[in-house]
Amino acid sequence: MTLANPSDFNGSLQPQGWLRYFSFSLDHKVIGLQYLVCGFVFYLIGGALAGAIRTELATPLSDFMPRDTYNEVLTLHGTVMIFLWIVPVVNGAFGNYLIPFYVGARDMAFPRLNAVAFWLIPPAGILLISSYFIAGAAAQSGWTAYPPLSLTTPAAGQVVWILSVLLLGGSSIFGGINFIATILKLRRPGLKLMQLPMYCWAMLGTSILVVLSTPVLAGTLILLSFDIIAHTGFFNPALGGNVVVYQHLFWFYSHPAVYIMVLPAFGLVSEILPVHARKPLFGYTTMVYSIMAIVFLGLIVWAHHMFTSGTPPWMRLFFTIATSFIAVPTGIKFFNWLATLWGGKIALNSAMLFSCAFIVNFVFGGITGVALAQVPFDIHVHDTYFVVGHFHYIVYGGTVFVIFGSLYHWYPKFTGRLLNEDLGRLHFLLTFIGFNLCFAPQHWLGLNGMPRRVAEYDPTFTTLNQVSSVGALLMAISTLPLLINVVVTAINGKVAGDNPWNALTPEWLTSSPPPVENWIGEAPLVTEPYGYGQHQEVPQEVQA
Amino acid sequence: MTSTAPLQDPGSLAADQATDHAADHATEGHGDFRLFGLATFLVADGMTFAGFFAAYLTFRAVNPLQEGSTYELELLLPTINTVVLIISSFTFHRAGKECRGGNLAASRLWLAITGGLGAIFLAGQMVEYFNLPFGLTDNLFASTFYALTGFHGLHVTLGVICIAIVALQTRQGGRNTASDHFGLEAAELYWHFVDGIWVVLYGILYLL
Repeated sequence: MTLANPSDFNGSLQPQGWLRYFSFSLDHKVIGLQYLVCGFVFYLIGGALAGAIRTELATPLSDFMPRDTYNEVLTLHGTVMIFLWIVPVVNGAFGNYLIPFYVGARDMAFPRLNAVAFWLIPPAGILLISSYFIAGAAAQSGWTAYPPLSLTTPAAGQVVWILSVLLLGGSSIFGGINFIATILKLRRPGLKLMQLPMYCWAMLGTSILVVLSTPVLAGTLILLSFDIIAHTGFFNPALGGNVVVYQHLFWFYSHPAVYIMVLPAFGLVSEILPVHARKPLFGYTTMVYSIMAIVFLGLIVWAHHMFTSGTPPWMRLFFTIATSFIAVPTGIKFFNWLATLWGGKIALNSAMLFSCAFIVNFVFGGITGVALAQVPFDIHVHDTYFVVGHFHYIVYGGTVFVIFGSLYHWYPKFTGRLLNEDLGRLHFLLTFIGFNLCFAPQHWLGLNGMPRRVAEYDPTFTTLNQVSSVGALLMAISTLPLLINVVVTAINGKVAGDNPWNALTPEWLTSSPPPVENWIGEAPLVTEPYGYGQHQEVPQEVQA
Repeated sequence: MTSTAPLQDPGSLAADQATDHAADHATEGHGDFRLFGLATFLVADGMTFAGFFAAYLTFRAVNPLQEGSTYELELLLPTINTVVLIISSFTFHRAGKECRGGNLAASRLWLAITGGLGAIFLAGQMVEYFNLPFGLTDNLFASTFYALTGFHGLHVTLGVICIAIVALQTRQGGRNTASDHFGLEAAELYWHFVDGIWVVLYGILYLL
């Protein structure tokens, strides 16, 4: 009983006020915001690294930085963005903040483990970035760390990279265990699984993937570190090892990792669309089964990343078919979102603009994904900028757009104040144009044969690369209105009231920002989180 | 998993805690699901081993050994070790049973026996390591052998430390009693897991 009851700790022992955001707080809301702010700092760092990459690629020659540095920047950019920005924020930040509300609890199932999971992240991030300064050279083998490349680049930076990713993987696993226990075990009495808001299902599916796949990456990286430090030969062909085994094990985590990054975004967007379209979420049950189908299929498609790694024909066939199947549950979700919007009373505010843009970007990234699953096409564009374009349409056009939309949607809950809509729309416009300008041309570059991870390229690719770099510049500028908005409105913004969107999900049925244990008195029983337009549009069906 | 789990396991709550919180949170108490959390963690841990096993089996299937090396291993010592570890699972179970029955002295004794068997296993593993004809970097099989048995040995070492802690807690009193024995149950679940992993490991590494 004491476990999920933070009142024992939040009395005199826990710091109050802003200081609590720098403490080992056990409050899920504090931890959620710690994840969010920490992740955003790393987003700015990763963004600066991306800026350096696009500056280098603005000209065909390698003239902005040395080639080794380019490889370090590229590796750090990928690792920072994936492990320190997207995974922690879309899972840790919003998950920690929202899931206890959604299950009607006062905190996560294991608050101490939760704080440990967060506090693993800043040291891991600092370790990773400091490797550039301390170890002489940061890792240079990309975020995939494929051997033998990772065995031949400078060892110290690579080992620090492995350590950092192991810490972040541990954090991720602890978080996943906590979400599974909270969603399955900590639900308020009377609340059924099929009454939970969709984000709970998304986080349950994501956490299953985290628990099943992250440990495999951890084990693989331990073996890789043995190869580097102790000169074993697991993945070193010169010593009788096998590089393809590394690829299999790596992608057994890293393909599900794509779903770890995008499933929570599916969940968040399923929360935002019904509120601002004033309509129930279309096809709740099919959404739930689609998520679980994606979880299952997501675990058995990893080798579609390895069609050029000497994969035997039967394996190619299996992984092509399995991958194509993922389009079915994903398509169901896509059409459900459209049906949710259909005929709704849509308020096109910043949260909604980002969410709708997510649908557009994601369907584009999804279609190129199905194309990449087909062996003949994949072999043509493997390791080209087509893959880079596809990937960024999923993780940036998909997940990061949803993170921004969610920020506009839940910021009033976090702070009690509304973000400025004009600045929000400016932020959206710059991000949307910049993003598409940056990544759409990369598909053409890839189709024409420009390889990825290069600092120099054939001058015929110059124009499209410059368009892409201009897009990147717009994306960098787009961060400014967001930063100004967040800081200014936190001090001086319009007071939001408890429920500015007239939403029905449980986090809005308490004050903004919420009290330490989420509710004064008992947690409300919300059995129809999407009952818009069916009853009165104020939360009347809430029972005590 | 459709249970709503309110007050699912009141037996695990110490009486004093129950009275402390009963007034404030009478409707919000929930069962103790630390074991559920541990079980989820063990699934994750098991996946690490699964990754290692998959790597080992693939290496064996596609990477031919260098000339002069062999997959054959001395079987006597590992087999004795396997028996020791399996027996230790039963003795741990007995310790848990005695604890739940309130017979703490007997529980402590069985814990000590379990810890002793774990130590014997580790000693046997060391003897085996020192008598093997190959070292860590000799060939792919040697590396995989040491990685797998070493990672498992690390788990056994942690398990023995946990057993020692639980036994000390029982001795000091207050913890691991008939009504509140989370520590003991957690250590027991973990020990059975480590034991089960060894059986698989023994099968594919020594017998295959």
